[in-house]
This record gives sequence, structure tokens and C-alpha cells, in this order.
Amino acid sequence: MKRLMLPLSEQEVLSLHAGDPVLLSGTLYTARDCAHKRFFELLDAGMPLPFPIKGAFLYYAGPCPAPAGKAVGSCGPTTSARMNVFAPRLLSLGLGGMIGKGEMSEEVRRALTENRAVYFAAIGGAGAFYGNSIKKSELVAFPDLLSEAVYRFEVEDFPLVVAMDAHGASVYDR
Amino acid sequence: MRTVCTKEIEECVYRLARRAGVRLTDRCRALLKDAEAREEGAAKYALSTLLENEEIAIREAMPVCQDTGMSCVLIELGNEVFLSGMPLADAVNCGVRRAYADGNFRKSVCDPLTRKNTGDNTPAHLHVDIGKGDSVTVTFLPKGFGSENMSLLRMLTPAEGREGILRTVEEAVRIAGSRPCPPVVVGVGIGGTFDGCALLAKKALTREVGSRHPRADVAAIEEEALARINAIGIGPQGFGGKTTALAVMAEIAPTHIAGLPVAVNMQCHCVRCEKEVL
Repeated sequence: MKRLMLPLSEQEVLSLHAGDPVLLSGTLYTARDCAHKRFFELLDAGMPLPFPIKGAFLYYAGPCPAPAGKAVGSCGPTTSARMNVFAPRLLSLGLGGMIGKGEMSEEVRRALTENRAVYFAAIGGAGAFYGNSIKKSELVAFPDLLSEAVYRFEVEDFPLVVAMDAHGASVYDR
Repeated sequence: MRTVCTKEIEECVYRLARRAGVRLTDRCRALLKDAEAREEGAAKYALSTLLENEEIAIREAMPVCQDTGMSCVLIELGNEVFLSGMPLADAVNCGVRRAYADGNFRKSVCDPLTRKNTGDNTPAHLHVDIGKGDSVTVTFLPKGFGSENMSLLRMLTPAEGREGILRTVEEAVRIAGSRPCPPVVVGVGIGGTFDGCALLAKKALTREVGSRHPRADVAAIEEEALARINAIGIGPQGFGGKTTALAVMAEIAPTHIAGLPVAVNMQCHCVRCEKEVL
């Protein structure tokens, strides 16, 4: 199995093909619906995003509270399709890619190829597995959103499948 | 008459919620294992990850899935039961509030317009049926919204009949695609009113996963719908494969001569339903 460490080089991104299983480690930022809405409000107002977007990876997820001795509680992916309306603009600003679950739109597919980025599918429902693989968690922005706030995670060996690659292929094509 | 203090119902909801959040039902686990043996490639990888996930959840006392859901509480209340203590809905909400705090479950309930989180996963979605006898049956179904969002309801015409029902179920699964965390469990409501039909579909999801309806014609619809869904090829997590659904379960009720309501309530593979009789 291919092991990857974030950030990914362009060469690494181009070596990934839809359907490949990988183990991913490094820094991720969480964002769900409400956080994305606020990113767009900041961008529209000419303000900076709360994280450096160049090469960053977003994890579409909202964690359970951390039990004693853990960085975070269960934290699997949420449905990525709800972020179809947000992903292309963030990719055009340099976002390295996203992690979520389920198919994304044709607009996202185009944005991934144009910007040489990749969308990974995490296994939906494997919340305890992913939560246990998150070694550090830090609140970055929007604490009022609770589980929907933006967190910075340090993750180790996230089991993922390349869902949509930088060449325009998708594991969901049937 | 038997008097039941609603504090007992609060404790029951608390127990069921804590248990439901951290484990799959035995039947659901068995069906996932069967599916894993059948699949290959990315689909097999997804299913083996899910089976390993439950082992981690049990070992680390963590929720199986971070979407610990909206708390659906269905109560069958015997007509010979007198409820003492705080109002029933308050008792149910107290049980949910405590379970979600103590279990480190995610609080996933918010105002639909302001999107402000209620902070404690209340209110629960409570439904009470009054039946015969002096017992109280409490069913707890934490309902994640990745799958709930993929549900639909159609008011078919009587002419569309049985084929219309099968077509609607298949259509719901096709539209949902990879989004509801397949392999899914599909709850189907047939008949009743607009709202009653949706409730039938939800109740179908509280049955043992893969059980057959006692009415032969309904059981045949369940089996045919499952075969048609698994021929689509969406597969586990949408990665392609033979297992798009683990089960289809339908509930039926009389309807109006002019109509044929059909509701499809989608449930992900993570079925965590718990029941207790007081």
C-alpha cells in the first residue's frame, strides 16, 4: 500500500489514480458546511482565511468530543457532495485537495484537473478508526460552531482511496 | 393500572443511547462480514476497514461513527400504564442530554435557519403509540443525516401499483449513489397518509436488519427490491460491487382509495438500533 506524507509534491499528486488505496499522514484542516460559508464571507470581504490554503488539505468532518487521553473522539468523513458549491473556488486558490466521502460534481472534477489536486475518499462510518489515527488536534477558527469549527489535525496513516484524481478519473464512474 | 415513573424512561433512554452509539447490531455486523467475503478491491478494503473500526470503537469506548445522529425515540405505551413524574418528552430529552454528554457523542442538532447548535443533541424526535397492556417498549435509533438526507417520499397513483413501489425504491438508491455510506439499509413505507407513510419507513428501520415482513406480498417486495438494488453496482462506499444494500424492510398500512404513498427512509450500514421493554 502506498504511504503518503502531506504536503504532496506535484509529482506525487500526478502519480495517484482513482481507486488506489493509500495511507496518508500529516496536517489536515477540518471544515463542514457552516465553516465553508464563513470562508466565503471572508474571501468576499477581502480578508484572509484562517489557515494557509496553498497545498493544504481539507477534511470534511466534525469530530465527537475527545475522551480522556485522546486528541479527539470519533471522526470519520461527512458527505462531500454538500461542499460541491465551495470546492472549486478553494482549489483555484491553491487548496491541495480534500478528504470526504461519496461522489463530487463535474465542476469539482474540472477544478481538480485544472489545479492538479486530488480528492480522497475516507471510509464513511469508520469514525473510531479515523479518530484513533488523529494524534493532535487544535482549534483554528469559529469555536461557536462546536463540532463544525475548523480544527488542525496531525494524522497518522489515514486509510483512504483516491476518489477523483488530477487526470479527471473518478472511482465513482460506472 | 400500573404506574411507571418517567424517571425510569429517562434511565432507559440513557442506557439505550449509550449502548447504541458504540456498537453495531449483531445482525448488521454479520451482514457486513458476509459482504466483505463477497467483494474485492476497494470495496473489500472499505468493508474490512469498517469491521476493524467497530473493534476499535469497542476497545477504545468510542462511537462507531462520529455522526451519533438525531435521537429517534419510538415508544409503545400500554393503555394500562399511568405515567408519573416529569412530562414524557422532558424525560426522554434528559436521557438523551446525559447520554450524549457522558458518551462523548457529537451534538448534531441545530436550528434549521440560524444553524445554531442546541448544544446537547435535544430535542429528540419522539413518537408514541398507545397499545394494549401495561408495558412500555422504548426503541432508540440514532439517525445519521448522510443517509437521512437521501430519503424521499412519492405520492404514487393506485395505477402505478407494485411496480411503482419497486421503481421508487430503486430510484431513491440510484439518486443517493455513494452519498449515504452504502451498503445501505432501506426502510420503505407503503400506504397511510403523507406523514404516516414516512413514519412507516422509519419504523421499518427499527426491525432486525434483514428480517422479513409477516405478509407474504410485502416480504416479496422486500426481496425483489433488494435484488434490484444490488444489481445496480454502486457497491460499498460507491466503489462498485455486489453489495449496495444489506437489506430492504417495508411496513404497510391502509391508505385512501385515490392514493399510494411510498416513502423511502435511507439508513447507512451503521445500524445502531436498541430496544428495551419496561
